[in-house]
Amino acid sequence: MSEQKSQSQTAQTTGHAWDGDLEEYNNPLPTWWVYTFYATVVFAIVYWTIYPSWPFGKGWIGGASSITYVNSEGETKTHSWNTRALYLEDMNQAAAAQKPYFDKISAMSYEQIAKDPDMNGFIISAGKAIFADSCAPCHQSGGQGVVGFFPNLTDDDWLYGGSYDKIHETLVGGRRGYMPAFSEVLGGEQIDQLANYVASLSGIGHDAAKAKAGNALFHGEAAACFYCHNADAKGRKDVGAPNLTDSIWLWANVPATAGNEGKVAAIRGVIANGLNKGVMPAWAGRLSPEQIKVLTVYVHELGGGQ
Amino acid sequence: MNLNFKHEWIETNIGLLAVLTMLAISVGGLVEIAPLFFIDKTIEKVEGVRPYTPLEQRGRDIYIREGCYLCHSQMIRPFRDEKLRYGHYSLAAESQYDHPFQWGSKRTGPDLARVGGKYSNEWQVQHLVAPRSMVPESVMPNYPWLLATPLDLSDVSGRLKALRKVGVPYSLTQAERDANTTKFGETVAAQLHIPDAQKNLVSQANFGNYDGDRSSISEMDALVAYLQVLGTMVDFSKYSDDAFVDNR
Repeated sequence: MSEQKSQSQTAQTTGHAWDGDLEEYNNPLPTWWVYTFYATVVFAIVYWTIYPSWPFGKGWIGGASSITYVNSEGETKTHSWNTRALYLEDMNQAAAAQKPYFDKISAMSYEQIAKDPDMNGFIISAGKAIFADSCAPCHQSGGQGVVGFFPNLTDDDWLYGGSYDKIHETLVGGRRGYMPAFSEVLGGEQIDQLANYVASLSGIGHDAAKAKAGNALFHGEAAACFYCHNADAKGRKDVGAPNLTDSIWLWANVPATAGNEGKVAAIRGVIANGLNKGVMPAWAGRLSPEQIKVLTVYVHELGGGQ
Repeated sequence: MNLNFKHEWIETNIGLLAVLTMLAISVGGLVEIAPLFFIDKTIEKVEGVRPYTPLEQRGRDIYIREGCYLCHSQMIRPFRDEKLRYGHYSLAAESQYDHPFQWGSKRTGPDLARVGGKYSNEWQVQHLVAPRSMVPESVMPNYPWLLATPLDLSDVSGRLKALRKVGVPYSLTQAERDANTTKFGETVAAQLHIPDAQKNLVSQANFGNYDGDRSSISEMDALVAYLQVLGTMVDFSKYSDDAFVDNR
C-alpha cells in the first residue's frame, strides 16, 4: 500500500542526473521507522547514565546504578555497577544460602556429620558436585580409579590411610608416590625372584623356588623391600607403601593380564622400573576448608572409609 | 538542515568520497581504541605475572599448533558457576604477556585458564595420549605423537626474540636482564635471558621431567610444562576478593 502511495505521488529525486537522464528517487523513510530511531537514541542516553559508559580521564563514568556487597574482609561496600561487583553480590547471596550448612560442617566432627541424616544428604549432593569436577578426572566418577594410574577409593585398601584425618591430610597437602627402580641395584634374576615372591603373597601361580629366594631378598638388606612394605609385606601408610598381600593392584596391572607368567611379568616391571608417579595435587589452595571437609566425608563414604 | 548541501558533491568526487568514508569509519575505531591508551584501570596491578620460560613458551607454541584453542578457552568469567568450577575469574594482567592471547569464546572442552596444578603431570600425559582412558565421556582427540616427537630446540631463541619485538620483556643485553632482575627477581630474570634460552629449556625439562620419560625432551614435556603454569602465577590469597572490582 505505502509503496503504491509513494510512487503515485510526485516523485522526489536526489536532484542529480547521470548520463543526461538517469535520476535517483529520494523516498523519505517511513515515519514509524524514524521515530523508532529517535527512541533508540533516547534509550542510549538513559543507558549511559545508568551503566558504565564513556571513557573519562584515566577511567570512565561509572553510571548511576550501584551494587552493594560484602568483601572477604567483611566490609560492606557500594560500587558502581559492573560485572565484578555483580559477581561478588552473587557470591554473597550463595554464601548466605549455604552458611547454615557450612557453619554446621565447621562446627561438627566428621563422625557427627556422618551420623546426621540431614547433613549426610548435604554431603552427598555438595560432595558429589565437588568430586565430579575436581576428583573424577583421575579417580573416575564413582571413585573406582584406574589401574596403573589412580587408586580406587571405594575399597578398603588405602595407601596413606583411610581415616577421616588421613583423607583430609591427603586432600589438603596432596601426595607424591615414589619407589626406586631396582634394576639399578638388582640383577634380572633377583627381580624375577622378588616378583614371584610378591605374586605368592596374593595367591597368584608362581615358581615356589624363586619365591623362596625372593622372600629372602625381600627381607634382606640387598633389596630391603621391608623398609617400606614392612616385614609382613602389608605396607606402611606413613610412606604410602601399599599392602602387597591383599590381591588389590594399583601399579602392576595384574587383574587385566592373562596367565600367571604375564602377571608375574607385570609385577617384575614395577620392581625393575620403580615408580615416580602417583602424584595427588594439593587442594588447599583451590578449595575452601569447608569444601575439603565435605569432600573428606564424601570420600570416606564412598565405601572404604576406616 | 538543507544548507545547499548536495550528495552529488561527494558522490561525483571519488577522492572526497574516499576521505569522508575513512573519516566516518575511523570514528568508531577511535572512540573504542584511543581511550585505552589513557585509561590506567584496564590492567590490574598484581604481583607474580611473568613471561613464560623458554620451555613453557615452546609448550604454548605447541598448544597453538595443535589447535587446542579451538575447543578450550582461557578466560574465566566473573560468574559464580565459573568460579566454582574453574577458580578465580581471569585478570587482564594474567594474559599481558600472551601473544596472541588465548581467551576464546567457545568451550567444547573446559576452560584451561587455571588448569595448572589441578591435575598431576602423569594425568596430563595420559590424558593427552588417550583422553578416554581417563575421562570415558570425553570427545577430545588423541595426541599420541606429542610423547614420541622430540622437541625442536633449535629455534627457541628466535621465537623469544620475536616476542621481544612485540613487547614481552625477554632480555638480550645485560642491562635488560638487570631490569628484569629488578622487576621479576633473579630466578625469573635468568629464565628470560635469550642467550641462555636453550640451556634454560633443557634444564627445566630435565628437572621437571613433565612427561615421565627422562631419556629425551619431547613436545609433551613442553606442553605439560605450559599447562601446569596456567593460572598459577598470581597468589590470590594475598588479595581481598574485591581487590580487582575497580578494573571493570
